[in-house]
Amino acid sequence: METTEKQNKLKLWVSALLPVFLLIILLFVFLKFGPLGVFKSSVPPIEVAFIQRVAFSPEHITLEVFNDGPEPVTIAQVMVNGAYWKFDMEQSKTLNPLEKGKIDIFYPWLDGDFEKITLISRNGVTFEKEIEVATLTPTFNFFYFKTFVLLGIYVGVIPVLLGLLWFPFLKMLRGRWYMFLLSLTIGLLVFLGFDALSESMGLIGSLPQAFNGIGILVIGFLLAVLTLSAVSYETQHYTKDKGEHYQALIWGYLIALGIGLHNLGEGLAIGSAYAVGEIALGSLLVIGFMVHNVTEGVAIVAPLTRAHKQIGNFLLHLVMMGLLAGIPTILGALVGGFSYSAVLGVFFLAIGAGAIFDVAFDIINQMAKGNWLSIFTVTNVLGFLTGLLIMYATGFLVLG
Amino acid sequence: MASTHQEERKKLYKESRLPDGKTLREYWIFAEDKEIEIAPGVFFPAWTYNGQVPAPTIRATEGDRIRIHFTNKGTKPHTMHFHGIHNASMDGAMTEDFVYPGKSFTYEFEAEPFGVHLFHCHSVPIKQHISKGLYGAYIVDPKNDTRIKPDRELVMVMNAFDTNFDEENEVYAVNSKAFYYALNPIKVKKDELIRIYLINIVEFDPINSFHLHATFFDEYRTGTRLEPNAYTDIVSMVQGERSIIDVRFKYSGMYMFHAHVSEFTELGWMGFFEVVE
Repeated sequence: METTEKQNKLKLWVSALLPVFLLIILLFVFLKFGPLGVFKSSVPPIEVAFIQRVAFSPEHITLEVFNDGPEPVTIAQVMVNGAYWKFDMEQSKTLNPLEKGKIDIFYPWLDGDFEKITLISRNGVTFEKEIEVATLTPTFNFFYFKTFVLLGIYVGVIPVLLGLLWFPFLKMLRGRWYMFLLSLTIGLLVFLGFDALSESMGLIGSLPQAFNGIGILVIGFLLAVLTLSAVSYETQHYTKDKGEHYQALIWGYLIALGIGLHNLGEGLAIGSAYAVGEIALGSLLVIGFMVHNVTEGVAIVAPLTRAHKQIGNFLLHLVMMGLLAGIPTILGALVGGFSYSAVLGVFFLAIGAGAIFDVAFDIINQMAKGNWLSIFTVTNVLGFLTGLLIMYATGFLVLG
Repeated sequence: MASTHQEERKKLYKESRLPDGKTLREYWIFAEDKEIEIAPGVFFPAWTYNGQVPAPTIRATEGDRIRIHFTNKGTKPHTMHFHGIHNASMDGAMTEDFVYPGKSFTYEFEAEPFGVHLFHCHSVPIKQHISKGLYGAYIVDPKNDTRIKPDRELVMVMNAFDTNFDEENEVYAVNSKAFYYALNPIKVKKDELIRIYLINIVEFDPINSFHLHATFFDEYRTGTRLEPNAYTDIVSMVQGERSIIDVRFKYSGMYMFHAHVSEFTELGWMGFFEVVE
């Protein structure tokens, strides 16, 4: 009896590992004797160097370069604005595939100037990067720290908390108007979700190909959706026992979390754009962000308007939600400003989008109560459209 | 140095006397694909004559017979087209003149007129065959030269390379290697007469120039007259133009020479004369 069970187990393992084993043998044979010659061509080697980051310090330009191709790349010369300049490279001038290197150029760049940097490989292949407006890159010091923290507070924390202040007004809404408010919230969320997705996609272009940006996006997005869905499924009974107000509280936190992740991505984008001189953070732009993000506070409080009386420490919860949604902007701005990584940007924006869509779906699901057609009342549709329009209209204030 | 130079030249050059008393100058030239270094660390898949860019200089005295045994060891049809006076069959410019890979052709003509000329491949696309490196200097010395004999002679072929094949040059130089004479200044003596055979072959850019610091020089345009055309410190040339420049340095020190197209200067076309007592 036991032996057959053992044999079965063995069979299971063999059948699972056999293809892997054969693949390894095939790869070995292929590399050793295989028809590799077929794939070799007489054209010059495909060299791809990707300039990931350009930092400006007094009289110096520093580049982070990534080998994004299948062949090693040797950086032979560096051109700035159509002239060759002396440069130093950490360790070796040859970068192996997926290897990252740092190039330091002594160059008397001018504040506010357009700079074009061209790398020339050993084989004469050129790789270019254009910087629209050169500006001193923030180094970690108190001034810039303060700048980025304040930026996060203005753009993220204050607007969300301000939005929460509509709570007393919103809780007075009854009946149809409450449904209108919920629909409006969904409108806001759906808009934000698409916004986060499109920002995430936009960043993919600034990633080396090897990083497979769309993969990061898909993983981030589905990770958020599936994690949140699994959590709400596993805790379903628990939530039901606690009652409707508990569900509302969870929604509040989920919306806050989703918006927080969205704001983290937004903070990354704003911080890095500021750091590389792509935007001047005029007061108008900051005001634009503030007005635009006030709507995020509304989205958080809307589902709580009926349940607030049953929830203990309600004010504390509200503040916590506001901070959960707002504070990531500060973190994003700091990370984006000091050491920008487009990978993080793509990932967090995708997670944010996933979380936002998930919670929007949850609310709709709850409103429908099993009868999906019942949600398409005139009130709900108008509410939803109003939510979209509010986001669209306030978006005009953010012309970065 | 000089002796090794002569040794090298013996491999491709032979001088003999024809029955009619004229001098016969024979050259063995082959076309070859070869990677050359055009700037520190930057390599270019060039098409060359005898493995070098510019090609070995073809030189003769007015009235000499020139015979060139040309073999194409490259991968595309090539020719040798000389700027000079010759028969149409020796022009190396028509489709029927193309010398295919593995084939040979013998060019033969009289050296005339005297001056500084050039030769280049005239196969198509011409701009590709030139920008890839198939060109060289062709100098015909006058039979009766009344000018002072120079103490030093230099050939300077102003050229450029399009390394990423976008029909714009990334590297500019004289004699192919960017900044070479900046890193290795040309040593000359104060007051000696230096004769420069200057040729512009730069493709893609409409104009090039030569400017020398802290002195003036005599310019003989195309070198076809024995009297200078100008006393100047700058020469501008379109593609294929050339001049003889006679210069003396009055003071010792380091003197820059470069294209007075600043863009080219900073992309490699600059160097120094180091003038010693």
